Amino acid sequence: MIQTPESEKAMSSTQPSSLASVANARVERTQASSAIGTGLEARGVHAWFGKNHVLADINLEFAAGSVTALIGPSGCGKSTFIRTMNRMHEFIPGAAMAGQVLLDGKDVYAPGVDVTKIRLQIGMVFQKPNPFPSMTIGENVLSGLKLAQIKVENKDELLESCLVRAGLWNEVKDRLGAHGGSLSGGQQQRLCIARALAVSPQVLLMDEPCSALDPGSTLRIEDTIRELSDSMTIIIVTHNMQQAARVSDYTAFFLSDGGPGEMIEVARTSEIFSQPKDQRTENYVTGRFG
Amino acid sequence: MSQATLIPSPREISTEPRRSDKVFRGVVTSGGISSLFILGLIAVFLAYRGFEVLKEEGLGFITGADWSVTLDESANVVESNFGLSAMLVGTILCALVAVVIAVPISVFSALYLNFYAPGWLKKILVAVIDMMAAFPSILFGVWGFLVLMPSVEYWGKLINRYLGWIPLFEVKPYFFTRSPFVAGVVLAIMIIPIITSVSREIFAQAPLDRIQAAFALGATRWAMIKAVVIPHGRSGVVGGAMLGLGRAMGETVAVFTVLNIVFQINWHILLGAGGNVASLIILKFSEAGDYEIKALMAAGLILFLLTLAVNAVANVIVKSTGKSGR
Repeated sequence: MIQTPESEKAMSSTQPSSLASVANARVERTQASSAIGTGLEARGVHAWFGKNHVLADINLEFAAGSVTALIGPSGCGKSTFIRTMNRMHEFIPGAAMAGQVLLDGKDVYAPGVDVTKIRLQIGMVFQKPNPFPSMTIGENVLSGLKLAQIKVENKDELLESCLVRAGLWNEVKDRLGAHGGSLSGGQQQRLCIARALAVSPQVLLMDEPCSALDPGSTLRIEDTIRELSDSMTIIIVTHNMQQAARVSDYTAFFLSDGGPGEMIEVARTSEIFSQPKDQRTENYVTGRFG
Repeated sequence: MSQATLIPSPREISTEPRRSDKVFRGVVTSGGISSLFILGLIAVFLAYRGFEVLKEEGLGFITGADWSVTLDESANVVESNFGLSAMLVGTILCALVAVVIAVPISVFSALYLNFYAPGWLKKILVAVIDMMAAFPSILFGVWGFLVLMPSVEYWGKLINRYLGWIPLFEVKPYFFTRSPFVAGVVLAIMIIPIITSVSREIFAQAPLDRIQAAFALGATRWAMIKAVVIPHGRSGVVGGAMLGLGRAMGETVAVFTVLNIVFQINWHILLGAGGNVASLIILKFSEAGDYEIKALMAAGLILFLLTLAVNAVANVIVKSTGKSGR
C-alpha cells in the first residue's frame, strides 16, 4: 500500500498517551459557525431489535455547527443510535424505538411528519461507500435532488461546490461523465459525502465513514469533515480514537455491559482524552480494553 | 534482475480428483447434457419427418399463406399447398400482445410483493401466483372463451373507436370475435406468473446498501425503486419477458380454444382472424394424411427455430443491458 507522508506520520503516532495532545492541538472553534438551525437533540432514546433491548436512555445534545464523535466498543449501539436520528433505524424488520429526537425543537418521530423531509435535513454517510453504479459521477452527486424531486437553478454550480467541499473536485473534474464505480474506495466515499451535501442537510451523520479506507483517504476525509463543520452539525461514529481526537469538538463514550448500550460520558473532546470523569472511559481511551 | 536468473516456463498444474468427486461429476454432467440431448433429438426428428415437405415447398413454406391438400379416391396427394406465413404472423402477434399486457402487470405485482405487501399477504400471494403457473392451460382457454371474451371484445371495440386510425387497430370488416387480441389477453394471464416470479427474485436481490443510500437521501419508496431497484433488475425483467414470450409462442390449447384460425395474413390485432403455428398443428393433426402430417412436423420445426431465435435475441438483450445496473 502506498501511503502519503502525512498518513505515515499519523500511523506512527498511535500511542494512547498522545491522544490528549492531539485533541488539544485542535483549535477550539469560536461561535463563528454559519450552521443553520439550533441543532439536534436526543431525549431518552431507547432502541430495540425485536425483543433485544440494544440502547437505553440516551440523552445527548448536538449544538448547531459542532462535530461530535461517538466512540465505544463494537456492539454498544453507536450505529443504532445515529440511525434513530434520521429514522433509518425503522427499516430493519423488528426495529423499535422510544424517546424523542428533536431537530430545531421538533420531534422527528411526531405523527404526520414526512420522513423523507427529515432525511433531507439529516444526511447520512455509510460505512461502506455506496454510490449508484448506474449513474455517472455527476449524476451521483445530484441524485439526491432527483430522488427527492427538488428543482435547482444552477446544477453545474452546485455540482462543483459539492465536489469541492467533499475534496474530490480536482480528481474528477475532467471525468464527471464516468461511472461512479470507476473511482477508488476513498474517492467513492468522498463522492457519497458530496452526494449527501447536494441536498444541503443541516446535520450530517457519518457511520464509521473511514473504516474501509486506507490512511491517506482517511486523512483526506477528515480534512473534509473539518471544512464542513463550519456549515453543518456533524455526528461521526468511529473506532479510531485518533480520528475522534483529530476531528471532533465533543466526544461521547458508549458502552454495553452485556445489556443495552448506554452513554457513559460526554464532554469536550480534549477533556475526554485528558481527564475523563468515568474510570471506564479512561480505561477505554487509554486502550486498557475495547 | 541478474543475468543468471532463468525465467522458467509455467508449470502444468493438475489435480487428481477423488473417486466420489468423479462419480458426482458424472451424475451432474449427464443431467446437464441430457436436456441438450433431448432437445437435439426432437429437432432431428422434426427435421427428418418434415424434410420432404420442406424440400417440396421450399421458401414458400414460410412465405405462403395457404394450407390445403387435395386427395384422390385412394388417398393419394393430388395437389398440396402448405404455407405458414399467416400462422407465423399470428403467433408473433398473439405473443407480443400477451407480453405487452403481461410485463407491466408482472413488474408492478413483483414490486408490490417485494416492497409494499405486508409479510402475511406476500406469502399468500406468492403461493397463488405460483399456483397460477401450474394451472392447466385448457382451463384458461375455456374460461377465456366463456367468460373473458365478451369483455375483451368490448375493450377491443373501445380501442378501435378511439385509436382505430392507427393501422394496427383497424378492423375491416367490423368483426371482433376470437381475435388475436382476445388470444393475447388469455396468453397474458398465463404468462404473468412466470414473469412475476422472475422479476420478484431479481428485485429482491437489489443491494441493500444502495437502497439505504437512496432512502437516506430523502427518497420516497417509488423514487428509490426507480433509482436502485429497476436499474438493477432491468435485465432480469427482460429475461423474464422473453421466457414469457417463448411460452406464449408455444402455447397450444388455450389459443386453439379462443382464436379464430384463418389462413390469411392479418396484422390487425382486433380483427377476428388470426393464426398460431401450434394451434394449426392440433387443428389439422387428427384428420391429416401421411403427407400433411409431414407438413405439420415441418411447421413444428419452424416454430422450434423461431422460439430458439427469440431466446437467442433475448440473451443478447440481457447481456447488453445487464452491466449498467449492477
